[in-house]
Amino acid sequence: MTFTAVFLQLLDGFKMTCLLFFVTLAAALPLGLPICLCSMSKFLPLRWLSKVFVWIIRGTPLMLQVLIVFYGPGLLFHAKLLPRVVAVLIAFIINYAVYFSEIYRGGIESISIGQYEAGQVLGMTRTQVFFKVVLLQVIKRILPPMSNEIITLVKDTSLARVIIVLELVKAAENLVATKAIIWPLFFIALFYLAFCGVLTIVFNMLEKKLSYFRG
Amino acid sequence: MNMLEVTGLQKSFGKLKVLKDITFSLKKGKVLSVIGSSGSGKTTLLRCITSLEHADAGVIRVNAETVFDAQNRKKESAAEKRRKQLAVGLVFQSFNLFPQYTALKNVTLAAELAAKEREDYQRNKKQILAEIREKGLRLLEQVGLSDKANDYPWQLSGGQQQRVSIARAMCMEPSILFFDEPTSALDPELTGEILKVIKQLAATHMTMVIVTHEMTFAREVSDEIIFMDNGVIAEQGTPDQIFGAPKSERLRVFLNKFSD
Ligand SMILES: Nc1ncnc2c1ncn2[C@@H]1O[C@H](COP(=O)(O)OP(=O)(O)O)[C@@H](O)[C@H]1O
Ligand SMILES: [Mg+2]
Repeated sequence: MTFTAVFLQLLDGFKMTCLLFFVTLAAALPLGLPICLCSMSKFLPLRWLSKVFVWIIRGTPLMLQVLIVFYGPGLLFHAKLLPRVVAVLIAFIINYAVYFSEIYRGGIESISIGQYEAGQVLGMTRTQVFFKVVLLQVIKRILPPMSNEIITLVKDTSLARVIIVLELVKAAENLVATKAIIWPLFFIALFYLAFCGVLTIVFNMLEKKLSYFRG
Repeated sequence: MNMLEVTGLQKSFGKLKVLKDITFSLKKGKVLSVIGSSGSGKTTLLRCITSLEHADAGVIRVNAETVFDAQNRKKESAAEKRRKQLAVGLVFQSFNLFPQYTALKNVTLAAELAAKEREDYQRNKKQILAEIREKGLRLLEQVGLSDKANDYPWQLSGGQQQRVSIARAMCMEPSILFFDEPTSALDPELTGEILKVIKQLAATHMTMVIVTHEMTFAREVSDEIIFMDNGVIAEQGTPDQIFGAPKSERLRVFLNKFSD
């Protein structure tokens, strides 16, 4: 088998990896916000509910969550199986939204109460204080932990192979199984390294952009 | 005319009674200093008057308008709330500048946001913003920071940050300006520049209430002094009465700690 042929097969897997990554990111980033607001809510039942939810999602392996989303509905309610990619995406989005929500919460809670009070005595509304005073400070503070989480997501996409979604690792495994060659398994590391390398550069640029202030 | 009238103010945190029936008033253009040992309720008093805390009982009137009445807490529109909030300004012990904005933007931000509600904002946006900027620059000049307008808070010393925060409070043109130990977070050599700015404000007949441990300064700048002890006004009078002829033993003990 030529290098080009292998490369093209791996590229197909990489496309799926990218799809899983970008769709999960695009959905989980905003979805983390309502979860975060619930877990900071003054309404106790809502807060407890979201704490339990966060506990369950963080307390179980992502791989198990993928399996449950895919097989669970069928086994429990005899429902039709979801398309594999959809099942993976649902599990990933929920899992990552929960992790993001905890980072958001940490960021918001780390802003000193004095910032809110200073805004209030200057006659700003709560919305103005949040968007004009607090938000950028929160973004600056959560950038490092968010970069970490997002880079982890790149590699977590490989878990999709447990329900036979043909992403990068699965594509390499298939080559190993059918063509009896081992090197694609090592070769795909380069894809992950390149992907994470680009992300690291992007995050560094963002951090630099926000380095003009401290706090 | 009384600029500030506080009547029967009470505030508890759980079982702890922090303010027990505080009543005093302050005439327009006068300076009142509040002294007293730590934990006597000075900060809580300022926070109640500036709406950062809700008192349990009492009435607060600023410029002949009731801004707080514990007996009669009606729902107010956001605009109404803001108008009453803006009657008072507060300078915090810890500055609380907005770190992502320059000194000038710190001063003007709130005014710019408030201007958006003017009905002529869209038409005259450029001019309105230019006027606010002018005003911000003027205030920075007044506190001696013309050359720091474009610096961020982290580039400024504590004393400079506190002067920015004074300019920021002044920009909303409060009827009364409150200071909560404005020099306590500063190195001793930086307190002088803050006290100078406050004295300049006093000379312009700005009505001010200052919580401070700077006794010499309080004596010089104030028209009236309140000594708070354990949630009550234990003694009140002119600087000469308070420092020259303290009546109560508690005040004498308190003042002795500062004389050396
Ligand atoms: N938010 C709060 N919750 C509970 N207790 C408080 C709170 N704020 C202040 N106190 C208590 O109220 C008392 C008076 O505090 P404070 O007004 O800060 O005094 P001062 O400014 O004179 O030092 C202190 O015993 C303090 O611990
Ligand atoms: Mg205090």
